[in-house]
Amino acid sequence: MDIDLKILRYDPESDRKGHWEYYTVEADPEERILDLLHKIKWFEDGTLSFRRSCAHGVCGSDAMVINGENMLACQVLVKEVSNPITIEPIRGLPVVKDLIVDMDPFFDSYKKIMPYLINENEPGERERLQSPEDRDKIEDTTKCILCAACTTSCPVFWTADSYIGPAAIVNAHRFIYDSRDEGSKQRLEILKDVNGAFRCRTAFNCTSACPRGIQVTKAIEDVKRETLLNN
Amino acid sequence: MKIIKHSFDGVIVGAGGAGLRAAIEAAPHMKLAVITKLYPTRSHTGAAQGGMSAALANVEEDNWNWHAFDTVKGSDYLADQPAVDILCKEAIDAVIELEHWGLPFSRLENGKIAQRRFGGHTVKEGEAPAFRACYAADRTGHMILQTLYQKCVSMGVEFFDEFQVLDIKIEDGVCKGVIAFELSTGDIHIFETRAVTFATGGFGKIFKVSSNAHSLTGDGPGILYQKGIPLEDMEFYQFHPTGIYRLGILLSEAARGEGGILRNKDGERFMERYAPSIKDLAPRDMVSRAIATEISKGNGAGPQNDYVYLDLTHLGAETINKKLPDITDFVRTYVKIEPINEPIPVQPTAHYAMGGIPTDVNGRVLSDEKNTILPGVYAAGEAACVSVHGANRLGTNSLLDIMVFGKRAGQSMLEYVSKTKASSISDSSSDDLVKKINNLIEKEHTDEFSVGRIRNDLQESMEKNTKIFRTEETLSEQTKILEDLRERYENVTIFDKGKVFNTELMETIELDYLLDMSESTVASALARKESRGAHSRQDFPERDDAEWMKHSFAFKNGNSATLRYKDVELGKYEPMERTY
Ligand SMILES: Cc1cc2nc3c(=O)[nH]c(=O)nc-3n(C[C@H](O)[C@H](O)[C@H](O)COP(=O)(O)OP(=O)(O)OC[C@H]3O[C@@H](n4cnc5c(N)ncnc54)[C@H](O)[C@@H]3O)c2cc1C
Ligand code: SF4
Ligand code: FES
Repeated sequence: MDIDLKILRYDPESDRKGHWEYYTVEADPEERILDLLHKIKWFEDGTLSFRRSCAHGVCGSDAMVINGENMLACQVLVKEVSNPITIEPIRGLPVVKDLIVDMDPFFDSYKKIMPYLINENEPGERERLQSPEDRDKIEDTTKCILCAACTTSCPVFWTADSYIGPAAIVNAHRFIYDSRDEGSKQRLEILKDVNGAFRCRTAFNCTSACPRGIQVTKAIEDVKRETLLNN
Repeated sequence: MKIIKHSFDGVIVGAGGAGLRAAIEAAPHMKLAVITKLYPTRSHTGAAQGGMSAALANVEEDNWNWHAFDTVKGSDYLADQPAVDILCKEAIDAVIELEHWGLPFSRLENGKIAQRRFGGHTVKEGEAPAFRACYAADRTGHMILQTLYQKCVSMGVEFFDEFQVLDIKIEDGVCKGVIAFELSTGDIHIFETRAVTFATGGFGKIFKVSSNAHSLTGDGPGILYQKGIPLEDMEFYQFHPTGIYRLGILLSEAARGEGGILRNKDGERFMERYAPSIKDLAPRDMVSRAIATEISKGNGAGPQNDYVYLDLTHLGAETINKKLPDITDFVRTYVKIEPINEPIPVQPTAHYAMGGIPTDVNGRVLSDEKNTILPGVYAAGEAACVSVHGANRLGTNSLLDIMVFGKRAGQSMLEYVSKTKASSISDSSSDDLVKKINNLIEKEHTDEFSVGRIRNDLQESMEKNTKIFRTEETLSEQTKILEDLRERYENVTIFDKGKVFNTELMETIELDYLLDMSESTVASALARKESRGAHSRQDFPERDDAEWMKHSFAFKNGNSATLRYKDVELGKYEPMERTY
């Protein structure tokens, strides 16, 4: 069947602002939106630019706004969205070209929360022990693939890009709730800041945007609670 | 385009598991750059699912010698046994080290790292399937990649994200540096350095149906091959038995490790006929051949009888949700069926390159079959061939390989840098590359010579002629097709003339490597007149130890390859018939 796409294009070398371009491609209902973008790029218009790698929702490269919602283009099938399909870059990060945004501010926020295990004790020759129950506490937040779908769906982030954002808080949660970690105090201190967890207004956009099904808002609430307890 | 120069003691190309592990080793003691065309966390190591093996003996008695026995037997005796000993012995520390860095492994009730069964891994040299694969649900690779990246962040490792390396400079047989293209600007960066490690991953994109990412195009092996460095054992490419029908998305062997069963259209558990003792957990080459044989006998399911079923329905919702959450989600997302209740349509998918850049056990690149070392150049991970996987890799041994040999490559860089002096690279060293890029940009675009079309034809023909079963006829046919494709590639044109994120330009250069990988694969496969591991010649169905216990070294020779050979390093395991 024929599918119509309306894509927000921007070329910094020739456009001053973005413009819409329209394409029609042949597609099966089972195909991914990413497959349609490839059809355009490979057989019609090689200038169309977007990031992608794994093509099955595990690398986090291709978050974009599809018919108004943040999704991974490789995780949505043609039959799941209505025709015509509108595609735009994710919001709140500077657009570099077409569907590609500058991810550096996003990764900078991630790095701020000290995203690594902090434990000064000598671990010994074998593994540290952790009960399955303790391990379960970080099951959800360790799934994060840093795709930025959550952060760029957040209305607070759109208006104040100084907000550290849901993804960074999810990754802080992953360590704060890890029974082996001893760096919670430092992380909670960082998240107490004006641009930290309390900026969240529980809009829940992030939770519905997350392609890994992480309970993002719940993780933020958990972190807010820990921050209060830590005071 | 601007040309910018940098100077480092060492450079690592690639930030998957192998590159990051090498970086952790080298970064504290030298000025190091990690250059990667993807953000590190998007490397395909993150897609690995099932596990990483080590004889921790957390569930039952185990020891690294049994792991080594299985690896050698799984390799169809083509692996170098001293290297396998290193792999299996150092596995234990490699897992523990990851745990200490924070990797959230799944746990046993007693708090130790959980272990599961996997294809070809046994206790007591073949007695029964072994619980050896350490895992974090079915996202072990994701956790490894995240943990290694986190460790690098904590150490302040310097990354050049979204920089694509396109050339290496070797003068008088010594490494001088690499040249990279900055994706966001189109600028060229010259990295002056005396030690380079290539950890660029695999090249599954030579096939149409593959578990590999779009970015896996064999860049490291391609760059070196074009400089006259040989590629080892290229005829051995692994086809994983259980890719999602048509899409190739992997469903880990962990599914069978947890008890999943393969069935043909009649619901028969056909692996009982092919591997009576370990059945569905036989090594991948055997299972993939069994599936292909079932399909060719008309026992495949579906309207075209071209797939089989992976049946998990007897495992129950709890096991599936707890131990196989991601892969069953892939099935829900892409096939729209519920694997708790329905069997899943699967077919073999192109998965893993056993061959690649030849190295010794310390990651040092070999420039010929006589083990001559190329000073300052290292390789690790799927891009390299040590060889520990021989003719067929066992599941879970690649995540292990990237950890063990990534570390060793990092150590070798350190050693080399500490005993050599910095040498300079000339400002004109990027001239060839700039010329090549300008030529591509200037040529007027025509549809016939678009990268999309040439690559499509490449992938379809490789799929048809070189997949699970090969013959003189299919390989000769493919040789001709490749000549034709190479000719078209000489005239390739691009549509995008811009500087910023010109991904079409990068895809065009990657296609050159894909052609190199295909040419060396087909030439090596045509020459090897026997069947061993993943290389299965219907016209030579037997393994021929008298003639072929040797590694192939393919040297680029125009559009084909010249082949030379090196004997396999044997050890305590005598080659025997491979039955399971
Ligand atoms: C779906 C799937 C599941 C798997 N499951 C398992 C498993 O359970 N157990 C197991 O042991 N193995 C498994 N494997 C195999 C294993 O995951 C891979 O072999 C291994 O992760 C490869 O790691 P690597 O570091 O060599 O390469 P990759 O992780 O692929 O990294 C390659 C890196 O090189 C960079 N790069 C490439 N070209 C360039 C260039 N020109 N310039 C700059 N940078 C470049 C990329 O940006 C990337 O950072 C699986 C593989 C797949 C595909
Ligand atoms: S929490 Fe979910 S949406 Fe946010 S970055 Fe991680 S995976 Fe993406
Ligand atoms: S391409 Fe990797 S998540 Fe979509």
